[in-house]
Amino acid sequence: MVSFFQNLVNALQWGSFYALIALGYSMVYGILMLFNFAHGDIFMVGAYIGFFVATGLLALTVSGSIALPGWLVLLLTIIIAMALNSIVGMLVERIGYRPLRDAPRASAAITGLMIGIILETGNLALLGAQRLSFPPLIATETYNIAGVNVTNKKIMIVGVALFLMLVLHLFITKTKWGMAMRAMAYDFAIIPLMGVPINLIAALTFGLGSALAAAAGILYGVAYPILDPYMGILIGWKAFVAAILGGRGSILGAAFAGFLLGFIEIFTATIFPSTFRDLIAYSIILIILTFRPHGLFGEAYSARLRL
Amino acid sequence: MAVKTNTSTTGAKTGRLAKAWQPFTRVSMLSWLVGAFAAVILEQLVGRPLAYMLGLGKIPVLFGFVMMLKTPLLIPSAIVYVLLIYIFPIAIIARLTTSVGNKLSAWLLRYPMAVSALIHLILLYGTLQIWGSINDYRNLVLRLTFIAILVTLSLNIINGYMGEFSCSTPGFLALGAYGASVISVSMFANDNLFGPAIFPDSWGVFVFPLALLLGGIIAAIGSLVVAIPSFRTRGDYLAIISLAFTFIVKSFIENLEVVGGPRGLSSQPDWANFTVVFIWVTLGVWIMNNFVRSTMGKALNAVRDNEVAADAMTVNTRRTKMVAFMFSAFWAGIGGGLFAHVLRYVNPATFGLQKLAEVLAMVYFGGLNSVYGSIVGAVGFNLLSEALRPLEIYKWIIIPVLLILVMIFRPTGLIAFKEFDVHAIIAPKE
Repeated sequence: MVSFFQNLVNALQWGSFYALIALGYSMVYGILMLFNFAHGDIFMVGAYIGFFVATGLLALTVSGSIALPGWLVLLLTIIIAMALNSIVGMLVERIGYRPLRDAPRASAAITGLMIGIILETGNLALLGAQRLSFPPLIATETYNIAGVNVTNKKIMIVGVALFLMLVLHLFITKTKWGMAMRAMAYDFAIIPLMGVPINLIAALTFGLGSALAAAAGILYGVAYPILDPYMGILIGWKAFVAAILGGRGSILGAAFAGFLLGFIEIFTATIFPSTFRDLIAYSIILIILTFRPHGLFGEAYSARLRL
Repeated sequence: MAVKTNTSTTGAKTGRLAKAWQPFTRVSMLSWLVGAFAAVILEQLVGRPLAYMLGLGKIPVLFGFVMMLKTPLLIPSAIVYVLLIYIFPIAIIARLTTSVGNKLSAWLLRYPMAVSALIHLILLYGTLQIWGSINDYRNLVLRLTFIAILVTLSLNIINGYMGEFSCSTPGFLALGAYGASVISVSMFANDNLFGPAIFPDSWGVFVFPLALLLGGIIAAIGSLVVAIPSFRTRGDYLAIISLAFTFIVKSFIENLEVVGGPRGLSSQPDWANFTVVFIWVTLGVWIMNNFVRSTMGKALNAVRDNEVAADAMTVNTRRTKMVAFMFSAFWAGIGGGLFAHVLRYVNPATFGLQKLAEVLAMVYFGGLNSVYGSIVGAVGFNLLSEALRPLEIYKWIIIPVLLILVMIFRPTGLIAFKEFDVHAIIAPKE
């Protein structure tokens, strides 16, 4: 039982990354009906931006110009990196997706893949092949709650992830911008006639998704402090699977499925040898999709599909 | 006014180009092939001395691109070499044999078309075989390019003709590669995994086709995992199912210690020489071309354009989807088997997301719903990625940028929706 709760804690942390990234996929899908395949690499860029912001702030602290405690550095890093990465996301939309809005959706998928490769290679060309290690901003403290080891980092990661999801939910349901986004997801053709600037909203959606990806990147860096240019590929594709599993365009579904994927992966790794993780996790997903072909929270397949 | 003069000068330019090209519009495929054949024989005879004279040191491997990028000083020499060895001989011979070639093509077409097609193929084979015999690297590039054509075309059947977004090709490749390799390595190779060879290597001629077929059949059976869910779901969910299939196959093989697990399987016998690859790929392209031009191919297009309407028009959509997936997977599996025997080493990591991005790029670069497109996409992508090799990692910035430009200006690829008509290719051009 103790090990079950221990795994639950680990799965919550692991699922947080998937959920935050899957939200980015799902939002873009809801609005533009296409998947941003560069999103995994935007996550990577976010982690690198976080690395540079954090190192910069730490250097300032060491040189004595300002004195900041570790948690404040982390908070500032998350905020600044989210802002910067949202610009990256908007650029990706402008270059790779806006020119292709009327093209077949698969073409946009290809540009997304290619932008992902450019981001990876650009990173490799700029920074070289050595891996960077994320600076330890907060000291690890371990609490023992009824035999289950919980670190302050894990609590922080899950807490920040849930907080960001709540903020996103409030943004989408309560603000005028969120209403415009929902309207665009509902009907792409009529909405411009109502005076909604669709290009701006599309850019905003990419920006929001990328900001969440940056947060996920920094949290990932806190938990596993090794960054390399290809770190986004696998986690990005898996988050994409989570976004689909949740039901495309469904924000709640994406968050839920992100955590679900985390649980499936962690628990299969504890029951079976860890090399079987992907095999069993994806077989489960295959079975779920065979019986619920439109995902857990998605609408049934309709004529709106443009593929 | 300025705009007008501008257009008129470009008009004159294209006019001049068209004028220079004018005599060549009547050149039949037969003459082009004879010209190319003569060019590679010329290279075989005088290539080496000419390369020394021009200061190139050795024969430029891929039309001098690699040399030009490595040492820009050699650009003029490389261009002269390409002009003297390839372009001038081909142009001159094509021009001189225009009327003879056309007459011969017309005469050949009086017999069944297969005769003429076979003669063209033999000429093509001879040309490429001689071209590839200059060094091992050329030969390898040639074989991998041919296999890429097969794999690209097999994916085009699903993504182009049937309009799904399948991500399962690496999985099919892996099944085919392992299916064929297990046979060949276990019985014909001295390796650590399966022990010494049981049968002599000379049996390869008979066993290799069977091994490849077995790989293809395993891939086709595996494709049912993707094909059966496709009855109920389309688009993104099918993309995920196929992606999950790729992950599952890779993970499954990694856990299969019998075939080496993550370390992979090596020391495949050297059976996949250029002749074998050429025969299989030609056969595959021919059969797939017939498939997509048959009523079955039309049914695929109908399912893509409107599944409900296709169903109403008596197209059996389930059967169509299943046949298409199994057919496509079969040829991808054959491609995988050839690939394993060309590299003579496979491991599960080869068939991951990288491979997927590569194959998708070739399909969409070349063009959807088009056999031409797949050939152009596979050849273009492979030559480009070999030619840009000296740029090292910057290659992976240039190629994606090119692909994004292609997607922006031609969203369905370079040569999309074009029928591959063998008769039109080999017919006289008069």
